[in-house]
Amino acid sequence: MTGTAALATGLEVKEKVSREDWIMRGVLLAIALFLSVSILLPLYSLMSKGFQDKDGNFTGFANFSEFFATPALTYSIFNSLTITLWTSGIVLVLAFTFAYGLTRSCMPFKSLFKGIALVPILMPSLLPAISLVYFFGKQGIISSWLFGYEIYGPIGIVMGEVIYVFPHALTIMLIAMAMSDARLYEASEALGASKIKTFFTVTLPGMRYGLVSAFFVTFTLVITDFGVPKVLGGKYNVLATDVYKQVVGRQDFEMGAVVSMVLLVPAVLAFFADRIVQRKQVAMVSTKAVPYVPQPSKGFDMAMLGFCSLLGFIILSILGMAFFASFAKFWPYNLTLGLNHYQFDLMDGGSWASYFNSIELATWTAIVGTVMIFVGAYLVEKSKGFRTGRAAMQFLCIMPMAVPGLVLGLAYIFFFNHPDNPLGFLYHTMPILVICTVTHFYTVSHLTAVTALKQMDPEFESVSASLKVPFYKTFRRVTVPVCVPAILDISMYLFVNAMTTVSAVVFLYSPDTTLASVAVLNMDDAGDTAPAAAMGMMIVFTAAGVRLLHAILTRGLARRTQAWRKR
Amino acid sequence: MGDKSAYLIIENLTKKFGDFTALEDISLEVFEGEFVCFLGPSGCGKTTLLRAIAGLDIQTFGRIEQAGRDISRLPPSERDFGIVFQSYALFPNLTVDRNVAYGIENRKTPKPEINAKVAELLQLVGMPEQGDKYPAQLSGGQQQRVALARALATAPGLLLLDEPLSALDAKVRARLRREIKDLQLKLGVTTIMVTHDQEEALTMADRIVIINEGVIEQVGTPEDIYIRPASPFVADFVGTMNFLPGTAGTQGHVKLDGIELATNSSTNDVGPDEPITICIRPEDVVTRGVTKDTDNAVPAVVDALEFLGSFYRISLHTQGPARTGFRADFSINLMRDLDISEGRDVVVSFPADLIRVYGEAFTHSDETV
Ligand SMILES: Nc1ncnc2c1ncn2[C@@H]1O[C@H](COP(=O)(O)OP(=O)(O)O)[C@@H](O)[C@H]1O
Ligand SMILES: [Mg+2]
Repeated sequence: MTGTAALATGLEVKEKVSREDWIMRGVLLAIALFLSVSILLPLYSLMSKGFQDKDGNFTGFANFSEFFATPALTYSIFNSLTITLWTSGIVLVLAFTFAYGLTRSCMPFKSLFKGIALVPILMPSLLPAISLVYFFGKQGIISSWLFGYEIYGPIGIVMGEVIYVFPHALTIMLIAMAMSDARLYEASEALGASKIKTFFTVTLPGMRYGLVSAFFVTFTLVITDFGVPKVLGGKYNVLATDVYKQVVGRQDFEMGAVVSMVLLVPAVLAFFADRIVQRKQVAMVSTKAVPYVPQPSKGFDMAMLGFCSLLGFIILSILGMAFFASFAKFWPYNLTLGLNHYQFDLMDGGSWASYFNSIELATWTAIVGTVMIFVGAYLVEKSKGFRTGRAAMQFLCIMPMAVPGLVLGLAYIFFFNHPDNPLGFLYHTMPILVICTVTHFYTVSHLTAVTALKQMDPEFESVSASLKVPFYKTFRRVTVPVCVPAILDISMYLFVNAMTTVSAVVFLYSPDTTLASVAVLNMDDAGDTAPAAAMGMMIVFTAAGVRLLHAILTRGLARRTQAWRKR
Repeated sequence: MGDKSAYLIIENLTKKFGDFTALEDISLEVFEGEFVCFLGPSGCGKTTLLRAIAGLDIQTFGRIEQAGRDISRLPPSERDFGIVFQSYALFPNLTVDRNVAYGIENRKTPKPEINAKVAELLQLVGMPEQGDKYPAQLSGGQQQRVALARALATAPGLLLLDEPLSALDAKVRARLRREIKDLQLKLGVTTIMVTHDQEEALTMADRIVIINEGVIEQVGTPEDIYIRPASPFVADFVGTMNFLPGTAGTQGHVKLDGIELATNSSTNDVGPDEPITICIRPEDVVTRGVTKDTDNAVPAVVDALEFLGSFYRISLHTQGPARTGFRADFSINLMRDLDISEGRDVVVSFPADLIRVYGEAFTHSDETV
């Protein structure tokens, strides 16, 4: 018989879908449904709002025409791009040099410097901005250093953003540098190339994807950040603060929708560009690279130590200033220390309740988010067949990254507050804050989970199927235990971000569910800068505590499981 | 195999990945208790066929029947097989005992019974007293034994092995080869092993299935495959073979560089003087006691000697106008007795029953003469 005969006689074989496959598909669909409700439909509501007037009539591009006819608003686009490009440029240089020092020099205290550099991750972006006010504001201790310029405006925003995004850019640079191949350096040295020539012919080209990726991440973070310009913007308007002002200040939801759609454009573009670059980078490292081991070189090592010390000092001063300001009784007149700024219940716009609400939100986000994201990633990676369903799910998992928090939050107002929405009961509750926060930080966690799952032998599932062990048992007995480090990473990431985030939740809290980060914003707005700093410090203390707990857990786990983990 | 019944029947199986056809119209029967090897170059579709049999990657067309049951559409969990992968795929966080027990623990077996069974299985694969270790604490060979014990624990009707020895070093590989074969004989479990290593297939298999580019080239016992390769591909892939350009002669004869050679291989389907390929294995070339008058005598000149340990591989060429190059394997004492060295004239003979003739001109892939 020939092949064509087989084709003629037999129809294509369709695999029987087993009970387990149905379970997998069911759970996958449930998570996909969650993401549809938590991002797809709200975004749709937002988009349609942009094309409606106040009474809900379709008006086409009328709102957009109005937007582009309002110079105050269009000017924000220009402002946003200006501060974003400045910040990206500065951060790339600083983070590259810092990462270069950490990986290519023999300077001492490397892990200490790395730890310090990551400190800003623990702060809401409002906090470095507040700290800058204490340095450079009207009553700041070194305001004269700005040569007559004001901290409120582009200079201040760029300074604040640089500190805010520095750890993110640094992390990407460190990964890119760790991946570069020592053999290239040896070859270059063997060919007699000078250090400078090696730098330009080997180091920089090898880093190009890392640099581009860091640029896009910085770009997105800055253009969508709302904390720093909120505190330091002054009369200098940017897109992110415009959204807030249109919605919270002027209650003009339609224009808010339009501005946030304008904000969505660069975020989405940067997102796709970054995905393309990431893919190329992965292709580049598929061959096994030999890690580079730096050789001591006194002058270079000292220079790097000097640079890293300076940056480390700046970051610590920012933190230290916020810390000090939160305890100083009456800046700048009475600098004795006390706890009066921590009596949040006496302030407008803040209370201890909001701190505990934040803890509650972070805890729920960490628990619900970790379970859902890890299970979702597992099913996307390991379920069989169901190609369209899985592709759709994959798209839904990646999508949140492209949506700025402010846009997400505003979209939630339109979607959940709509009178016809049966889910409207969620509006102004803790669950909606949890849903929003889980969604907002879904993608990074998802990618962490996927990376961990991909490192497992793909045949574990085949083996357990052959042994007639249902997949959920293998998931519980093998997949989860092996992935515990990644699971801890994800839950910590979610917790810390839920503590520090402002952008999405600022539209969604109610008097019963005020949050610490929002309290920082509101107290600062009301002129209570010191209490704002104090609340910011509470967030830092909490996030640092969680990080510490995470480190202890991870280390303890590593000790307990070292018998079976590959060294 | 007339006394045994077909345990596994594969009918017209085709597997496509998009537009690419990885397997085309595969039909095959495997008998109860048999040890079958799928042998072929890397990328020819061996693993794809094994995974179709397991239900891990279901075929696009075709039927599979196991023990009289049509399993074509069934997911792996509803089929009856144990599987071992090249990567071992042992659960890293479970001890050897728990790995082996993984499949039986799920079956509501009482605990003491499970433990006894696990101990017995570990004994069987030659790893007693190692049950408390984790996979990472074992060598590759030991891990593969554990994987084998785990696959056998549920007493499957069919054992599937995908290159189980390829990740191991040569010594361990040779030992495990023998042990797996002994174990299979002892348990009588029908076994299919995928390998790209001809030596492995020749020493272990009852029957070998040679696959090339998604198509079965030949199915036969190791002797069949080696002595009577059905196609130039098989002849080339298994063992070493001289491929010599020649022409067809009278019935039962071929011509090599002007010399007429008798052959038992069929030459019916080619007309006289049409080009053909004459094949002879280097070890089948005879020279001791050969004179110009011996049957199938070929006068030749020695070009080069290559010492390969237990024998020499000699490059020669015929003395006719074509100066056709070929290789011969001569033992060390033969070399000494006949004093063979570079540049010497020798007369060799290609025994008529060991010559294979293929109707097409063929250039073989590696190792040109
Ligand atoms: N999942 C897949 N998608 C696309 N092509 C595949 C897939 N799996 C295998 N192939 C292709 O099918 C062919 C046979 O692969 P395989 O069966 O793994 O070969 P081998 O004989 O080495 O085991 C190869 O060309 C391979 O690239
Ligand atoms: Mg294979």
